[in-house]
Amino acid sequence: MATTATTASSPVTAAARAAGHKWWIWLMVAGLALLPLLGGKTGFISNYGFLQLSLMIVYAIAVLGLILLTGFNGQISLGHGAFFAVGAYTSAVLIDQASWPYWATLPVAAIVCFLVGYIFGMPALRLEGHYLALATFALAVAVPQFLKYRHFEWFTNGVQGINIFKPDPPFGLPLSADQWMYLIVLFVAVLMFWIARNLLDSRTGRAMMAIRDHSMAASTMGVNVAHYKTVVFGISALFTGVAGALHAIIFEFVAPDSFRFELSIAILVGAVVGGIASLPGAVIGGIFVQVIEKYADALTKKLTTAVSLPLDLEPWTIYGIALILLMYIMPMGIAGGLAVLWRKLRGS
Amino acid sequence: MEQLLQQVASGLANGAIYACLALALVMIFVSTDHINFAQGELSMFSAYLVWQLMQWGANFWVALPIVALLSFLIGVTVERVILRPLHSAPVLSIVVVFIGLLAIFHSLAGAIWGHTIKDFPSPFPNIVFAGSGYIGPHQIGMILMTIVLLVALFSFFRFTPLGLAMRAAAQNPASARLAGIRVDWMLALGWGLAAAIGAVAGSLVAPAVYLEPNMMASILLYGFAGALVGGIASPGGAVVGGFIVGVLENLIAYFGNLLEKSTGVYVIGNGEKLTVALIIVITVLTLKPSGLFGHVTVKRV
Repeated sequence: MATTATTASSPVTAAARAAGHKWWIWLMVAGLALLPLLGGKTGFISNYGFLQLSLMIVYAIAVLGLILLTGFNGQISLGHGAFFAVGAYTSAVLIDQASWPYWATLPVAAIVCFLVGYIFGMPALRLEGHYLALATFALAVAVPQFLKYRHFEWFTNGVQGINIFKPDPPFGLPLSADQWMYLIVLFVAVLMFWIARNLLDSRTGRAMMAIRDHSMAASTMGVNVAHYKTVVFGISALFTGVAGALHAIIFEFVAPDSFRFELSIAILVGAVVGGIASLPGAVIGGIFVQVIEKYADALTKKLTTAVSLPLDLEPWTIYGIALILLMYIMPMGIAGGLAVLWRKLRGS
Repeated sequence: MEQLLQQVASGLANGAIYACLALALVMIFVSTDHINFAQGELSMFSAYLVWQLMQWGANFWVALPIVALLSFLIGVTVERVILRPLHSAPVLSIVVVFIGLLAIFHSLAGAIWGHTIKDFPSPFPNIVFAGSGYIGPHQIGMILMTIVLLVALFSFFRFTPLGLAMRAAAQNPASARLAGIRVDWMLALGWGLAAAIGAVAGSLVAPAVYLEPNMMASILLYGFAGALVGGIASPGGAVVGGFIVGVLENLIAYFGNLLEKSTGVYVIGNGEKLTVALIIVITVLTLKPSGLFGHVTVKRV
């Protein structure tokens, strides 16, 4: 976190960069980490509440992976649910088959996802824009079927999926399992965001953004476009895969049908709503994904009765309309919109 | 051998659906350079409209033209209202809008007609003819309809002034505009035509797979594969590509089955259909992105 040279080309990245140095972010993290200590095992936030918070953080990491790829490297992916699934399954299989401790499965999931992403990134290298979207769309649709493949059944357990158990806190800490996992997830998230921040501030990060802004100019400046694009695909898959692994552990269950096309869409929507080229955007996106998943049904019902439609609207209708409107009003997402607003308020 | 022929025949029938869908995708791609991820859901929605009209007592052959016209209007409206203002937006915004459209049409169909599977009777008479052992009447009908559709489109683009104007607008918008063609409306027209073709595709699929909001997911993927194999910028190629992909899909399952019977080793079967489509899509995109009949576009810096 040493560099202060802000030579970023786009205002959004400059704003995001400045935010990375703010002390209040660390204060917020510390506050979040202290939450489970308030009131011990039966604190004022229920275990269910902690599970929800953990899921928000997990989705924030998944969205972060996509943001690194799409927002900072310009490669579109409609199939990040696939990497989420690979991470989740790696973790679940290691715990279930080899009885590994949960924490040891995370680095393995990260490495496996990096490799899978890197390999998928090689053909994707030749694709741009709509074509890349198409290839990754195909990936997203095929995932559940792939997970049900008969020769994988001995370790994936086929359609049934795998049940695992949430670990208890070690050393007899006075925490519930959900509180403990919340702390673990928070720790991993801080680590991942810190890595992402440093990655973007590094030589690699500048190369990534140069490729996004003008790949031909970047390559004449000596940036190895092919190398960076595949590596970034791998890194992006790594982030989303770690999120998948954490999801498997806190949700205690994986099955092929949890990783349908809708998951990839949710990750994409999280990134777009939060702010596609902004790290704080990933947090907003993660919260959005979980809130929508949890409350969309209730919200839609309320809305339908409020305007007394003769039709029982489904959440996806509102989801779709919101998505399209967002593209008109705030194409850089909530974080991008806030950044613009902030600059206007400061009058610069 | 007989089984093989049967597989090829039913592959051709499936291919007809993929071909229709691929044709719709190509229509939009040629005029706007966009890949319409919502095409499957649009077709599904149109199929529901046909079903609704039939529930109200209309004959299929009356309902289909009405719905095709309606879908045409929906397509034109979507282009004019939603996509036009984003004309110069980045690709990501366009893709996200398509995903939004997909979500809207999918959930609207579910909200209006429910998620239970509906029976959609085949519009073709159930007659016995030479070769009925290999292929059913609905399958023959699907293939014929696709060919009729292709011929009609070909004649439209080849022999009518409007078709010529549309081709001009797609190939060189700037010059077309100078020649007095309203390029914007040509794009909207392309969208409308795509939606109408999609309506035909949807109504042909529905009797084969039952009517439900999820029915197009895997079919759309094969439609993409077909369009890519034939060349996503070539209408004729898309139809050929659709048929190729349909036959390929069935043959792979057939030979997988044969392999399992003879050696006892299961490699591939019906359960891997989508994975096969994924492999086709990625292989074509990486090895020959222009497809079999497309032409290579040269990008200027």
